[in-house]
Amino acid sequence: MRAIVLVARAVFKESVRDRVPYSMVVFAVLLMAASYLISQLTAGQDLKILKDLGLAALSIFGLLISVFIGIGLVSKEVEKRSIYSVLSKPVTRAQLVLGKYLGLVATLAANLAVMTVAYYAVLVYVQITASEAARGAWMAPAADPRLLAAIVLIFGELMLVTAVALFFSTFSSPLLSALLTLGLWVAGHFNSDLRHFETVLDVQPVAWVARVLYYLLPNLAPFDVKAEVVYGIPVAMSHVAYTLVYAALYISALLAAAIAIFRQRDFK
Amino acid sequence: MAAAIETEELTKDFLVGFWRKRPYRALDGLSIQVQAGEVFGFLGPNGAGKSTALKLLMQLLYPTRGMATILGRPLGDPSMKRRIGFLPENPYFYDYLTAEELLAYFARLFGHTGADVAARVARALDEVGLAGERRMRLRQFSKGMVQRVGLAQALLNDPEVVFLDEPMSGLDPLGRKRVRDIIVGLRKRGCTVFFSSHILSDAEALCDRVAVLVQGRLVGIGRISEILNVDLKGWELVVASLPPTATPALAGRTRRITQLSDGHTLLELPSDVAPEALMQELAGQGARTISLNPIRETLEDYFVESVAAAALRKTGGI
Repeated sequence: MRAIVLVARAVFKESVRDRVPYSMVVFAVLLMAASYLISQLTAGQDLKILKDLGLAALSIFGLLISVFIGIGLVSKEVEKRSIYSVLSKPVTRAQLVLGKYLGLVATLAANLAVMTVAYYAVLVYVQITASEAARGAWMAPAADPRLLAAIVLIFGELMLVTAVALFFSTFSSPLLSALLTLGLWVAGHFNSDLRHFETVLDVQPVAWVARVLYYLLPNLAPFDVKAEVVYGIPVAMSHVAYTLVYAALYISALLAAAIAIFRQRDFK
Repeated sequence: MAAAIETEELTKDFLVGFWRKRPYRALDGLSIQVQAGEVFGFLGPNGAGKSTALKLLMQLLYPTRGMATILGRPLGDPSMKRRIGFLPENPYFYDYLTAEELLAYFARLFGHTGADVAARVARALDEVGLAGERRMRLRQFSKGMVQRVGLAQALLNDPEVVFLDEPMSGLDPLGRKRVRDIIVGLRKRGCTVFFSSHILSDAEALCDRVAVLVQGRLVGIGRISEILNVDLKGWELVVASLPPTATPALAGRTRRITQLSDGHTLLELPSDVAPEALMQELAGQGARTISLNPIRETLEDYFVESVAAAALRKTGGI
């Protein structure tokens, strides 16, 4: 366990100093600030737009960060051969994979925390400066703590995406890993359509393949509760818990597969 | 004396080709024993399989067949890994960590804690001459500096066996001298050093024994004194003010006469010519002796002959 924590700490240190994710966080924060101006242009819908844009920025930039660093976790390390020195130390390949994953999750959490603070700062500002009449028309307060449910689920989704990126990076190049991860993220959001594919195309073999893909691909739709929280509709705690358990199981399976592949690999 | 490193029929095949994969044998039945406390040179031309052998020993590659032990333990044994150091060829480390942070990370992976980590890191950086750059991020380091960080991380745990893959690569003459001194220091404290190199003069100066690998096969192994022919092969005599009239008389007694740029003349004599008599004779004609050196086989001669013989065997010449 000590080795896993040591690897995770090194990954965290390395990742938070990387300029690319850092600039993504800055860009996301700027976008949140800008969304305040955009919301001023849309009478009546201003708070909804503000909340929606902020969560979208959090989600998209979080995704880019997890894919960008996630693919570099193993494939870049193999490509640049820094792995040679690490694996000659008393560290197993499984410990290395798990440490790298945890390190990136910690980086992701730090980035997401910064973006969340910026998001709430904008919302608190709106809450303080809004007129009494405007506040009365709101379906939910601006700095609504229920928005945190959406952010927690975004974090769960990003943890899963990171595990996908890590899985691909154990056997493919950084570019291919990035494309496969983004492809799977898109497919994961439309996964539920695959379950009843026969209603779209009534060809049995295709429907079977679609059904298999439905069970195989990650189902990311339950992680998206942005629409609910923006309108102030409560998200059941049970939904959040079940979705996070699903993420944990899927991540465990991906990490187990990544370790199995990584253990067999030759580093030429 | 117990073998620090032992390999038996260690073999590695890689699959090459895009559509039709076919095996390519990078290492072919390597069987060697390196005794504890030895400095062992692993020599060979590019593509000979030196790095493949080192990667097999570090379990970065898995063998197609054969086995190996280090310090009597199977490869991959964590307790054995705590007792060894490894410098990969052209090492690369994390861009955004400082040299100090990287070494502290590795020292902790070796199981060191607290003040011991800081002391080891400071000592290792000092040993490779990077104490002043310890807070610099590794992305700002030159190739030679990264090589020195690589050496520092291989020495962090006071290893009993050190594997160095091309340790002189990318180093300037001062850096090379420092590495040579470090290897001598390691030998003094009883550490086994296994290093691959292209620089034969370093191997000749440092190694107790060498192995020569050509096209994945071991073509020679032994003590430098055993494998090199100690018999005299001739003399190199450098003289000044050699009159032109003396040259015809030398024709039958020299292998080659070379005019040097400083006005001196280099005479290469066969081993059966007594240099003293010739020197007296030339002095009588007004020439002055500058230097006289015996010609003996060097490691480079042995290396070139081994490689040529292996190439000949492959083409069916022998």
